[in-house]
Amino acid sequence: MDTSVNEEIREIHRRSWRDIDLRAVAPFAALVLLLILGAIVNPNFIGINNLANVATRSAFIAIIAIGATFVISSGDLDLSVGSMVAFVASLMIIFMNSGVIADPALMLTAAVLFAVIAGSLCGLANGLITTVGRIEPFIATLGTMGIYRGLTTWLSQGGAITLKDPALQEMYRPAYFGYIFGVPVPIVVILAVTSVAAFILYRTRYGRHVVAVGSNADVARYSGIPVNRVRTIAFVIQGLCVAIAVLLYVPRLGSTSATTGILWELQAITAVVVGGTALKGGAGRVWGTICGAFILELVGNIMLLSNFISEYLIGAIQGTIIIVAMLVQRSLVRKS
Amino acid sequence: MNSQASGAGDGAVVLSARRISKSFSGVQVLFSVDFDLRAGEIHALMGENGAGKSTLVKILSGFEQPTSGEIILDGHPVKLPPNGAAEALGIVIIHQEFNLAEHLTVTESLFLGREVTRFSVLDRKYMRAEARRVLDLLGSHVDENAMISSLSIADKQMVEIAKAISRDARVVFMDEPTAVLSREETNFLFKQVRKLRDQGTSFVFVSHKLDEVMELTDRVTVLRDGQWIKTSPTSILDGESIAQLMVGRELSKLYPAKREPNVDEEIVLSVDALSTGYVKDASFEIRKGEILGFSGMIGSGRTELMEAIAGLRSRTSGEVIIRGETVPSGDVHAANRRGLAYMTKDRKSKGLLLNSRMTANLTLQSLENHGKLGYLSPASEAQALARARRRFDIRVRDGNVVAGRMSGGNQQKLLLAKVMETEPEIIIIDEPTRGIDVGTKQQIYHFISALARDGRSIIVVSSEMPEVIGLCTRVAVMREGRIVGMLEGDEISEQEIMRYAAGLKKKAA
Repeated sequence: MDTSVNEEIREIHRRSWRDIDLRAVAPFAALVLLLILGAIVNPNFIGINNLANVATRSAFIAIIAIGATFVISSGDLDLSVGSMVAFVASLMIIFMNSGVIADPALMLTAAVLFAVIAGSLCGLANGLITTVGRIEPFIATLGTMGIYRGLTTWLSQGGAITLKDPALQEMYRPAYFGYIFGVPVPIVVILAVTSVAAFILYRTRYGRHVVAVGSNADVARYSGIPVNRVRTIAFVIQGLCVAIAVLLYVPRLGSTSATTGILWELQAITAVVVGGTALKGGAGRVWGTICGAFILELVGNIMLLSNFISEYLIGAIQGTIIIVAMLVQRSLVRKS
Repeated sequence: MNSQASGAGDGAVVLSARRISKSFSGVQVLFSVDFDLRAGEIHALMGENGAGKSTLVKILSGFEQPTSGEIILDGHPVKLPPNGAAEALGIVIIHQEFNLAEHLTVTESLFLGREVTRFSVLDRKYMRAEARRVLDLLGSHVDENAMISSLSIADKQMVEIAKAISRDARVVFMDEPTAVLSREETNFLFKQVRKLRDQGTSFVFVSHKLDEVMELTDRVTVLRDGQWIKTSPTSILDGESIAQLMVGRELSKLYPAKREPNVDEEIVLSVDALSTGYVKDASFEIRKGEILGFSGMIGSGRTELMEAIAGLRSRTSGEVIIRGETVPSGDVHAANRRGLAYMTKDRKSKGLLLNSRMTANLTLQSLENHGKLGYLSPASEAQALARARRRFDIRVRDGNVVAGRMSGGNQQKLLLAKVMETEPEIIIIDEPTRGIDVGTKQQIYHFISALARDGRSIIVVSSEMPEVIGLCTRVAVMREGRIVGMLEGDEISEQEIMRYAAGLKKKAA
């Protein structure tokens, strides 16, 4: 037992092959398999344009799912994200249509800030209802899901809310359709958000607290971690991520309606689970989540490019994916 | 004292293990172990944590399959069915962690999975009566209609045992059954076990309590480091020799020498008329460098009091004063910042993240020491782990092992290390050695003593009287939520503590 400190540290850092957690690798293996399958189905599939297109379209779900990774890792669940997208996007467009600021650039900046604050507040509401109100997150966010959706329908009077000012539209367009160093903006945003999220979850005190609260709230409490604050902040992060998704969504269509973002909560949760994060909390995998979101979009794309499955079945296929992912995960749990 | 059963020496062998070996992902934990269990005997299985007792028990009850070797039941080699299906063969295991569904009633728990029906409708009346009969047989006062969640730990234990008995078990494995029982309840349990033994049931008794093994069992098998060491009648052994077989070396004195406290040292913590829930009007103080014991029956309010002091529960009245400063009620962080730390007795559900590695557990309470502005430095954490492993002698084969896979003794050391990472001046240790082997116990006693010599103040809450007597220079005794006695020096003895704990004597002052 008299090994030197350095040796022990080296031992701790050493990762032998059998230490690799298969659950962390599985989503990426599935992604590679899908890419191969896609290439067999249609040679156009593997082209860089098509793949970039798929990645761009996965941006909304991917970014929302990053927030969901925090909420789920801390042991909670947020069902309201789809409605929240519609609500925050509607508020943002209404704000831009209000014309309170004349200068388009200033207006756009203010609108971005406005959306970020609105999203954070929506998340904060979810967090406080869950923690201070002590209501199961499933029920709390089922409630706010109805509230955000209902408010959107009311704001739009059942129709659509459309961005009117052509100058603003023109200025905002590149936020979705533009490129940075030849890479579509949404992909850049995905990478940036994911990197920041990975840093927070794996390299900061707060991230460690999230995982501790999710794996055993009692242990966290006895370790002096402010459990409710950690959970609430996770909901706020979710709200922030929804706001970022909205910032990409609004320039794409320039309008929202009562049906915006319907079932996105299910897609986001599917992406998180397919990515290897345990639904019961305690282990978050940020890059896995991105991989999961990409897989969901890829499956749709392959179905579109192939001629033997109707694309109307996409919902059924995505539902199948989440079940298969759970079965695979369980079979990969390291034998004790 | 040894209750040699009439037939204990010569009953036929019911269940035996032949040359059982077992490896987990390449690490061998059992090496060709032999074990046999005769009809109508109580057989103790002893060994330090990590010796392979739990694994052997799991193999003999079908929860694990051996890597090699045979299991023989009634003279025939068998492959035991997994996941508790061996109950159908009369082999029942009473788990260290209870397997009771909290939302069921006692009756429902007893009949779980083999409900009695009449015309395919549950026959509740019959089941309730049968549950009552079994509980009466055990002499338990547990209400058969009570919810499991409303029972004390001791009562849950009784329900587990009733469950085993109601299933006509022939072979019963008991893993540390008395860890959560009071002396009285233990006596009662032993009486029932002997009665069942005399009717032909066989028991395998896994325990760290040498006196109980001496008192109850007919034969003892000792394992060390996954090897069979010795099987022999209990009557020809004594506690000392069993301990030596387990550790493989002479056990020097279990408790370190006591050091009389300096009465001129400053008072670091004073608790004044504290009430919370069940606890009423508790007052005491502790000086720098002192080891203060808290004794009493299970349920006497010791843990509630300590949790209130540590800020884990709110107090309804009274003050907690650390070095002259009042600590706000129900604020763990505030107590922590003032240098007070509480080490839970419940290491598996409140102490450690069982699915996380050692590092994440070790630094969880002290992350602010490992980086600035919320950023964590992996190198700093790795250093802390290396330090803690040396300081507390945490022995694991693989530094990346998750806490849940470590032995009880190493988990306890890791938990102590985790609490010490916050560099507390006042440490409350609740049940410092629950469910750990004698070698590790001795180590932990020495750690505690060393911490006190360092000038830290330690409160030891323990249900094991020898521990309190061996370690502490002052002992508070609690009964029904109140501190009823404070013993010092020569007054500290088992009889004296019992007198207070049982309510025969009250504080003079």
